Amino acid sequence: MRKFTQIDGLVAPLDRANVDTDAIIPKQFLKSIKRSGFGPNAFDEWRYLDHGEPGMDNAKRAPNPDFVLNQPRYQGASILLTRENFGCGSSREHAPWALEDYGFRALIGPSFADIFFNNCFKNGLLPIRLPASEVEALFALVQATPGFKLRIDLDAQTVTRPDGKALRFEVDAFRKYCLLNGFDDIGLTLRHADKIRDFEARRRIEQPWLFA
Amino acid sequence: MPKTLYDKLWEDHVVHVEEDGTALLYIDRHLVHEVTSPQAFEGLRLAGRKPWRVSSIVATADHNTPTDHWDEGIKDPISRQQVETLDANIHESGALAYFPFRDLRQGIVHVIGPENGATLPGMTVVCGDSHTSTHGAFACLAHGIGTSEVEHVLATQCLLQKKSKAMLVKVDGALGRGVSAKDLALALIGRIGTAGGTGYAIEFGGSTIRALSMEGRMTLCNMAIEAGARVGFIAVDDTTINYLKGRAFAPLGDNWDRAVAHWRTLVSDAGARFDAVVEVDARSILPQVTWGTSPEMVTDVKGRVPAPEDFADPVKREGVERALQYMGLTPRTPIDRIAVDKVFIGSCTNSRIEDLRAAAAIAKGRRKADNVKLVLVVPGSGLVKRQAEAEGLDKIFIAAGFEWREPGCSMCLAMNADRLEPGERCASTSNRNFEGRQGNGGRTHLVSPAMAATAAIAGHFADVRELI
Repeated sequence: MRKFTQIDGLVAPLDRANVDTDAIIPKQFLKSIKRSGFGPNAFDEWRYLDHGEPGMDNAKRAPNPDFVLNQPRYQGASILLTRENFGCGSSREHAPWALEDYGFRALIGPSFADIFFNNCFKNGLLPIRLPASEVEALFALVQATPGFKLRIDLDAQTVTRPDGKALRFEVDAFRKYCLLNGFDDIGLTLRHADKIRDFEARRRIEQPWLFA
Repeated sequence: MPKTLYDKLWEDHVVHVEEDGTALLYIDRHLVHEVTSPQAFEGLRLAGRKPWRVSSIVATADHNTPTDHWDEGIKDPISRQQVETLDANIHESGALAYFPFRDLRQGIVHVIGPENGATLPGMTVVCGDSHTSTHGAFACLAHGIGTSEVEHVLATQCLLQKKSKAMLVKVDGALGRGVSAKDLALALIGRIGTAGGTGYAIEFGGSTIRALSMEGRMTLCNMAIEAGARVGFIAVDDTTINYLKGRAFAPLGDNWDRAVAHWRTLVSDAGARFDAVVEVDARSILPQVTWGTSPEMVTDVKGRVPAPEDFADPVKREGVERALQYMGLTPRTPIDRIAVDKVFIGSCTNSRIEDLRAAAAIAKGRRKADNVKLVLVVPGSGLVKRQAEAEGLDKIFIAAGFEWREPGCSMCLAMNADRLEPGERCASTSNRNFEGRQGNGGRTHLVSPAMAATAAIAGHFADVRELI
């Protein structure tokens, strides 16, 4: 997994609540058996005027000029500013894969859906929860300031605005440790292989019907 | 100290705890389908790892499979490749059970687990699918995971988890005539919102829940994720145990008796403390219909489409405006004046035998309205299909002008050929009314099976209670 330490990134605002993972990556793209290449189809139904299907040359499709991420000022954004309950719905990890492949490294919003939130950390994508009032202020600043950037420091757990105001965020210590180091969860878990085997052996005796 | 059912399920699976409370939880049952597993098997191969315990795996192909012309196979080449990839991966790894495309026991992963007794009380159950919460009906700690976690479970038989907060949703009173577990789920989501359960594990309790069949409990737990909770579960009682007895993978003999004795302990202790309690009066719930693009945008069949100005919060107001535009609805329209183009009866929410019986009871001796182009009835599994046919339900549906199909996820998410065309309006027994969910530009209204059948007959949403 790609490490996440610090970024200075251009911010793009997606000003709607309850953005679901079907919207982030529509179902027709889930037929892929790969975990890369989803970026050009992130937000496909909002982003293009035509209906997208796998295998299309996305460069030849007409972008929807009304969709915020298509505006020239947000090209190259690596931070997505969102509203409540971002990533709700389907557990598809294709959603964080699409966002990461698009170029996002961090998401900032008042709340995220549980499964999506968890999936982000497996892909070097940092979801940051900030109080609704701070998010509201960031939306106002982004809209008012072309080229608006934020600095995110995972080690310090801060989002710093251009005016110097630093917003502190919470992150689980274990997730932070994995993300800072780019650690593969499976490798870390397998350090406890003996414990897992012991647990399993005990369980086989206590609840044998689970091992039929 | 009295414990919640959640405490008990959690503590029974903790292998190791990190300093910050992140726990390594042991996984008893791993359900696998074709869409969210290929990258996990590939990752395992690339790292030179083997599955930890293949007897925990129950697999099936459901999302991409067609629901008609099975003799012709899967026509869409990329869908076919995904299903064949699952065939190859399971062939290589092994599994407790694999129900491939066209197998009699193939079906929606959340239907086949319980009906084969592969979902047992007290288990941790995971699947790369958010509706894994369904299995909570059996007092399981069951939730959806991403593909990286599918790989993690394959490789280690464990999952890294932080414990959630505990919420009790206590439902009392009898559900009215024509009102089902689906209406209860939608009414609850309408009240607490789609993020109402975020960060919580929900236990459903109270006299209404005790009176629900296992099918009804599965419908309710299935929708916990639409309320934001990854897990929703229900304590064990006689209904649970009676359902499981004699199922293919249920324990036998002494093991059955030992298992039942253990399962009886899977209830919240008297006086156990919850972080939040929501009380619902079941008697107040009427048949529900969603009008928007989020399951929380719901009202009852006697209600009207709201107007954006009814909502004070500007973000919410804008969301309602956008939803009404997408849905092609005018504020204040009575729900029962909204005409439908298609009807879908199926999905992991409502495709079990009881759901089909409820729809058939309405369809019996009636015909679909002329303006309704298609009524799809898609049983949850081959076994459900066989049972329905033994009861003659297929003949009732066909006589009513409905289509009787092969099992699968079908038009719940439209990964196969079953889908809405842009602008089409559908009464659907599925779980999500998101933009484009049932097909690009399609308009989904979530309802119960009886309400879906009623809409098919009337040609518009109508009160099921007038037909029973």
